[in-house]
Amino acid sequence: MKIINCPLNGPRNSSEFVHGGELRQMPDPNRCTDKAWADYVFYSDNQIGVMTEWWLHAPSGYWFIAERHTGSDEIMRTYDPSEIFTQRVEFTEKEECSPSEEVKA
Amino acid sequence: MPFSLLKYGLNKDYPFEQNADLPAPSALKSHYDVVIIGGGGHGVATAYYLAKYHGITNVAVLEKGYLGGGNTARNTAVIRSNYLTSEGVKFYSESVKLFQGLSNEFDFNIMYSRRGQLTLAHSDAAVRGFRQRTEVNKHFGGKTELIDPQQIRELVPTLNMNPADQPVLAGLWHIDGATARHDAVAWGYAKGATQRGVELHQLTEVTGINTENGKVSSVETNRGKVNCGCVVQAVAGMSSVVAAMAGIRMPITTYPLQAMVTQPVKPFLDPLVSSPALHCYVQQTGRGELVFGGGSDPYPLYGTRSTMDLKESLLAHAVELFPFMANMRLMRQWAGLTDMTSDYSPIMGLSPVENYYLDAGWGTWGFKSTPICGKTMAELVATGKVPELIEPFAMSRFDTFRQVNEMGATAASH
Repeated sequence: MKIINCPLNGPRNSSEFVHGGELRQMPDPNRCTDKAWADYVFYSDNQIGVMTEWWLHAPSGYWFIAERHTGSDEIMRTYDPSEIFTQRVEFTEKEECSPSEEVKA
Repeated sequence: MPFSLLKYGLNKDYPFEQNADLPAPSALKSHYDVVIIGGGGHGVATAYYLAKYHGITNVAVLEKGYLGGGNTARNTAVIRSNYLTSEGVKFYSESVKLFQGLSNEFDFNIMYSRRGQLTLAHSDAAVRGFRQRTEVNKHFGGKTELIDPQQIRELVPTLNMNPADQPVLAGLWHIDGATARHDAVAWGYAKGATQRGVELHQLTEVTGINTENGKVSSVETNRGKVNCGCVVQAVAGMSSVVAAMAGIRMPITTYPLQAMVTQPVKPFLDPLVSSPALHCYVQQTGRGELVFGGGSDPYPLYGTRSTMDLKESLLAHAVELFPFMANMRLMRQWAGLTDMTSDYSPIMGLSPVENYYLDAGWGTWGFKSTPICGKTMAELVATGKVPELIEPFAMSRFDTFRQVNEMGATAASH
C-alpha cells in the first residue's frame, strides 16, 4: 500500500485519500465567458511531470495540496492550502436578470 | 487435404508467403500527404480506409514502439454496442457490423467470435437503466434484451446469483457481444494498408509538431523532420501529451486500468459477463484462460505499474461472481493507459489547429470502435467534412456544454 504524507494527519494509507484534480486558477463564474468556464471545469494539462494537485484526506475531510510526478507516482511535497491561498476568495455577485431573460432561460 | 498439406510441406516457400509479412523498413520520405501518429489499431485502420476507399496512399503511420504494441495489446478485446445514448449506439453498432466482416476482408483470421455479453443488475435502479438501454438498442437495430434470473442461470450455470450479498435481479443480454484477437486486428489493417502503398514506420517517435499560420507544416521525429499535408493523432494513453506538441489542450485525464488473466481451464463460460456494481468483468478466451478487468485506478498516472489494492479488490469481486475461481492461478497481470473524458465519450474530428485531426479520449472503449473509427477518420481526412456519425464527438462539445453522457461506456464502473 502506498503511503501519502498528509500535512494534517501524517503518513497514512493511500486508500484514505481522494484525488481532487489539478490545481488551477478559477475564473469568476459570474463574469467569465462560457469558454473560460468550460476550460476551467473540463480541460486539464494532463502532462507527464510534476503536477500540483488537490488531494482530500477523506476520513478527516481535510483538503491539501500535493506536488506529484505523474510519471513515477512520486509525491515530492504535500502542504496546507494556506501556503497558496493567503486571502479569502470573494465572488462578485451575479448581475440581476431582467424578467424577459428569465423567461428565455 | 492431406495431399495439399504434403505438397506444402515439401514446398521450399512454405510457410513464408511472399506477401504475408509487412514490407521491410524503408527510409522516411521528406513529405507525406497524411501523417498518422500512432501505429495502433485506430492509426492503421485509418490508413487502411484512406487507401482503400479514398485512394490516398502517400500516408505514413509513425509508431514510437512497434505495431499494435500499446493499448491495442492491453485491452480486454470486448466488442459490443449496448450503449445508452443514441449517438453511442449508432456509432458502435456500425463498428460491430464491420468487425463481423473483417476476417474475410483481410483474408486473415482475427478470431472474431460472437459470444453475447451479459451485464448484471443488482439494484432496481440498474434494472431501470438496463430497460432504457434495451429500448435504445432495439430502436437502432441492435440485438439486446432484458432477461430474468432464470434465463441468466441457463446462460451461465456457474454464476453465483447472490455475489457479495447483492442478488442478481436481471441481466442486459447483448446478443451481438463478441471478442476478437486484438493484435490480429492491428496486423490485418497494417497488412492491408501497406499492400496498398501506405508506409508503416515503427520505432519512429514524434518529438515535435511544427505549425505555421495555424496549420501543421511538419512533424519532428527521432529520424528527422517530415513535412505533411495533414496529421491524424491516434495515440491512446498519450493524447494530452502529443496534442500539447501542437499547442492543443484537451478535456482528458489519463488513468491506468489494470487487467489480468488466469491459467487456462476447460471451456465453461460462453458469454462475456460483467457486473457494474461489483466493478468486474470476466470472459473466457478461446484458449481457456479467464481474462478479467475492473475499474480504473483511483487517481491519474502515466504508468503501467500494478497495485496490490486494485488486484485485491478486483479478485475479491471476481471470486464472488465465480467462487471456484479462488482455486485458479493468475498467469499475468498488466495495465493500460486510458484517456478518460468526463462524459465517457470519445473526442473525434477537428481540432483548433486546421489540418490536425483528433482521435482521442478513447478511455476504456477504444478497441471495440477500431473499424468504424478508422473508417470515419479516413472520411474526415479525405473529404475535410466531419461524418455525421462522429459529429456529436467533436472536442468543441465541451465548450458548448453539449456532452454525450455515455453511461454504458464501461462494463465495469459507474
